[in-house]
Amino acid sequence: MKKNVTIKVNGADRRAAVEPRLLLVHFLREVAGLTGTHVGCETSLCGACTVLLDGRAVKSCTVLAVQADGRKVTTVEGLADGDKLHPIQEGFWEEHGLQCGFCTPGMIMCSHDLLEHHPNPSDSEIRAGINGNLCRCTGYQHIVAAVRNASKKMSKRATARAGAR
Amino acid sequence: MKAFEYATPETKEQAVSLLGASWGQAEILAGGTDLLALMKDDVVAPKRLVNIKEIKDLKGVTSSAEGFRIGALTTLGDLADNANVLKEYPALADALNEAASPQIRNLATLAGNLCQRPRCWYFRNGLGLLPKSEGGKDLVAEGENRYHAILGNDGPAKFVSPSTIVPALIAYGAKLRLVGPRGKREVPLEKFYAIPATETEREHDLRPNEIVTEVIIPPAHGVMAAHYEIRQKATFDWPLAVAAVALTMNGSRVESARVVMGYVAPVPWISPEAEQALVGQPINAETAQKAADAALGNAKPLSQNAYKVQLARVAVKRAILKAGGAA
Ligand SMILES: Cc1cc2nc3c(=O)[nH]c(=O)nc-3n(C[C@H](O)[C@H](O)[C@H](O)COP(=O)(O)OP(=O)(O)OC[C@H]3O[C@@H](n4cnc5c(N)ncnc54)[C@H](O)[C@@H]3O)c2cc1C
Ligand code: FES
Ligand code: FES
Repeated sequence: MKKNVTIKVNGADRRAAVEPRLLLVHFLREVAGLTGTHVGCETSLCGACTVLLDGRAVKSCTVLAVQADGRKVTTVEGLADGDKLHPIQEGFWEEHGLQCGFCTPGMIMCSHDLLEHHPNPSDSEIRAGINGNLCRCTGYQHIVAAVRNASKKMSKRATARAGAR
Repeated sequence: MKAFEYATPETKEQAVSLLGASWGQAEILAGGTDLLALMKDDVVAPKRLVNIKEIKDLKGVTSSAEGFRIGALTTLGDLADNANVLKEYPALADALNEAASPQIRNLATLAGNLCQRPRCWYFRNGLGLLPKSEGGKDLVAEGENRYHAILGNDGPAKFVSPSTIVPALIAYGAKLRLVGPRGKREVPLEKFYAIPATETEREHDLRPNEIVTEVIIPPAHGVMAAHYEIRQKATFDWPLAVAAVALTMNGSRVESARVVMGYVAPVPWISPEAEQALVGQPINAETAQKAADAALGNAKPLSQNAYKVQLARVAVKRAILKAGGAA
């Protein structure tokens, strides 16, 4: 029997009647039409499907859409402010943190959780923070540099904001 | 994944009444990080999922004279960041931080971790916990057993207990509370696991219509404890051997010891031999080695996993030295 769910995706309520077995990643891609979240392994190993659920990174291939009912989901589409990229997106752009880009949305969303909770991570903390995400292209070095770049930008902006008050 | 009915009760009593009296009808859904994987592969195919995440009584942590009470739904991530865990229970903090990956720790609950099913590849491929060929041969003994048990493997069960957090909890003397149709009960965590002898039994003493409600860890003042695990890859992999050790000291000598191994047997494996070897001794490389040798003295490797005996020995030795502050 289908269940009605309301999930706030990137700030907008998405309502649908779904089968309880529908995975959140398929809800996002097929019901909400947001294909920025990728499906790699569908077995909670690769991290390509990482989104934020109430602000925390989760693998959306191992969450049911019904488990997200009434909660907030942020996908990679929800980060930029119009044409202005999020500092983590800028970091990946500036440091060439991607090649094919398949892992990138998941890497960015996982880094988002990391930087929200540890604003100035060391390189080893960055590596531990993204250790649930696999990349077959970059060798990770540029991804670590991208996250480091983003953390500097984000703390600079936080200081600027604090100074303006 | 097979279709199922989805229920979200708000009280423990409602949840218990939604569960079936035998396995296979309904399953409890907490974080879903293990159960959904089993359902995707049709290893488990419940007719009903009982989502317990809205039950308020199962949330939160509190400290009292009895110890530290951890609600069943507490996530591994929240527990790893808990100030009391970092201060009082460092071996648990280490185990939590090394488990899985950030995304999994954000969803995985403590009770789900204690009740997660074995990682044995025969089980995960739908061949059961005690896999047999059509001709009745023991598939593990005759097949691919490099990650299987080296202790407690005389019977048909040769999988290994999957939690890397349970050994530390047992070393600290944790207890579990459960609720079922006949009310509440309490079990020491070490008694919660059992080696199944037939395919209809599970690897833990959980009844089909029971819910784990909380875990209680006694105060650990004066306890020196450590967790040590060995993995093939540095991160994000299931380990090959885990050891947790808790010591109380009388001056520079061991007064009492708990030595618990994970990933070596179908249950978390407590070693009274290692404990006896430590009592009355100071902690140094020699006494730690003797205790580690004693811990693995009864090991019986299968055809492909003799290497695990040495890995487990090293894990025990290093956990003892770390607990004693000598590593
Ligand atoms: C990639 C990956 C890596 C991992 N690495 C590790 C690791 O290093 N160490 C480790 O210890 N674990 C590891 N795990 C396992 C992980 O910790 C467990 O999947 C998780 O803890 C299960 O919790 P959950 O809340 O998601 O449980 P669920 O998946 O919801 O449930 C798991 C089982 O427990 C039962 N259950 C849940 N809650 C209760 C309750 N309150 N009462 C009774 N039964 C209940 C369910 O019915 C089900 O059978 C890993 C998992 C993955 C996917
Ligand atoms: S697609 Fe979800 S972890 Fe790989
Ligand atoms: S950039 Fe190709 S998988 Fe990471």
